[in-house]
Amino acid sequence: MASDRLSNRPVETGPFFQRDRNWHPPALTPGYKTSVLRSPQRALISFDNTLSETAGPVFGHAMLGEGDNDLIHNFASPGEAALGERIIVYGRVIDERGVGVPGALLEFWQANAGGRYRHKKDGYLAPLDPNFGGCGRTITGGDGGYAFRSIKPGPYPWPNGPNDWRPSHIHFSVFGHGFAQRLITQMYFEGDPLIWRCPIVRGIPDRAAIEQLIAAVDMEATIPMDARAFKFDIVLRGRRSTMFENRLEGN
Amino acid sequence: MAQSLDRQKETPSQTAGPYVHIGLTPNVVGIAGVYREDLGSSMVEDGTRGERITLIVTVFDGAGAPLRDALVEIWQADAEGFYPSPAERRGRADPHFSGWGRSAADMETGACLFHTIKPGRVPMADGRLMAPHISIWIVARGINLGLHTRIYFPEEEEANVSDPILARIEHRARVATLIARRGADAYVFDVHLQGDNETVFFDS
Ligand SMILES: [Fe+3]
Repeated sequence: MASDRLSNRPVETGPFFQRDRNWHPPALTPGYKTSVLRSPQRALISFDNTLSETAGPVFGHAMLGEGDNDLIHNFASPGEAALGERIIVYGRVIDERGVGVPGALLEFWQANAGGRYRHKKDGYLAPLDPNFGGCGRTITGGDGGYAFRSIKPGPYPWPNGPNDWRPSHIHFSVFGHGFAQRLITQMYFEGDPLIWRCPIVRGIPDRAAIEQLIAAVDMEATIPMDARAFKFDIVLRGRRSTMFENRLEGN
Repeated sequence: MAQSLDRQKETPSQTAGPYVHIGLTPNVVGIAGVYREDLGSSMVEDGTRGERITLIVTVFDGAGAPLRDALVEIWQADAEGFYPSPAERRGRADPHFSGWGRSAADMETGACLFHTIKPGRVPMADGRLMAPHISIWIVARGINLGLHTRIYFPEEEEANVSDPILARIEHRARVATLIARRGADAYVFDVHLQGDNETVFFDS
């Protein structure tokens, strides 16, 4: 029996649990104006996963570069470092059953300490940091664990309402084992008063769901005199067991 | 009270925002030197089996304007209908085919370009064959939860008619929204987020 990447668990092939679409923000959230013309209006067509949804590619650790999980240095000139509050972000990728997801690809991107993105469409007054690119990636270990180093991104104003500000946040892209688990989200920082004012955050109907996106300060994981730590766990869709399901076995 | 099921809730989605390319295709937006190449930028190599095809995906908003800040990923079987994935238990897929591609929208036209091969047919769990198709996932600013749909092929009329997933679409006229058209040198697939031709999206 083939085994899971990085662990001795047998490969699971079951369909994913149905997505709870009341937990996610709906497609149309008028307070976030761009969603108005970009939200499908017809009902989604539902069907149980086929192999097209349950399967997904493998991302091997071999593809990672040395600096991929260190945003403080991966764009900096030799001997230099990005400006800002030094942080470590760590956590686990698990599924809805609480099982760790090894081999998940995590990609993250963020603004610099002043709230400015390295992107030609970002014209915010805050300056670019010549030593900060703003992207990083890693692959989860055998228990679904991950960690990376960065600087805390600054909040920034954005054109939506006349005076809307994004809370400090790090964008996350998560690729688990199946294409139907694909997820993009944002991590916020404990204690930020802008979280509860943000129209994008407020598209999420349930307060408990919003709290799931707020990373906790973890003084025990902090490196004294160096970097504070924030814990951010990510939950992907769980899988059904196929033990009692009727299916044609191909081999 | 009964025992707890100890289930977790899936992490809620948030929009990819306008700067998704910094994270997912940094080389495209001029952030060079961090990654050697952008992930998903090449799906095929010299030895890949099957018919080479080019696919152009463009996403349009409710006003008919192309999304110039979209990011599209595709996932498909190889030419024989095998997925290059540990979940593929029927056989081994072409080792020269990745099955997965990622493309940033062109900043002027909104076109997302893929060079791949035409996929073979994949069976459902009950053995019925699906028509050749490519799964697609769309994220962008203003999209709160990534959109899943499929691309089918115009020349596969017979297979499309018997495809069990297309058969789920009650309003038959909408099936056409999932069938690419043949352009000069490429398959062209336009996604309409809203309007009379709103594309069928899936919850699966
Ligand atoms: Fe952002």
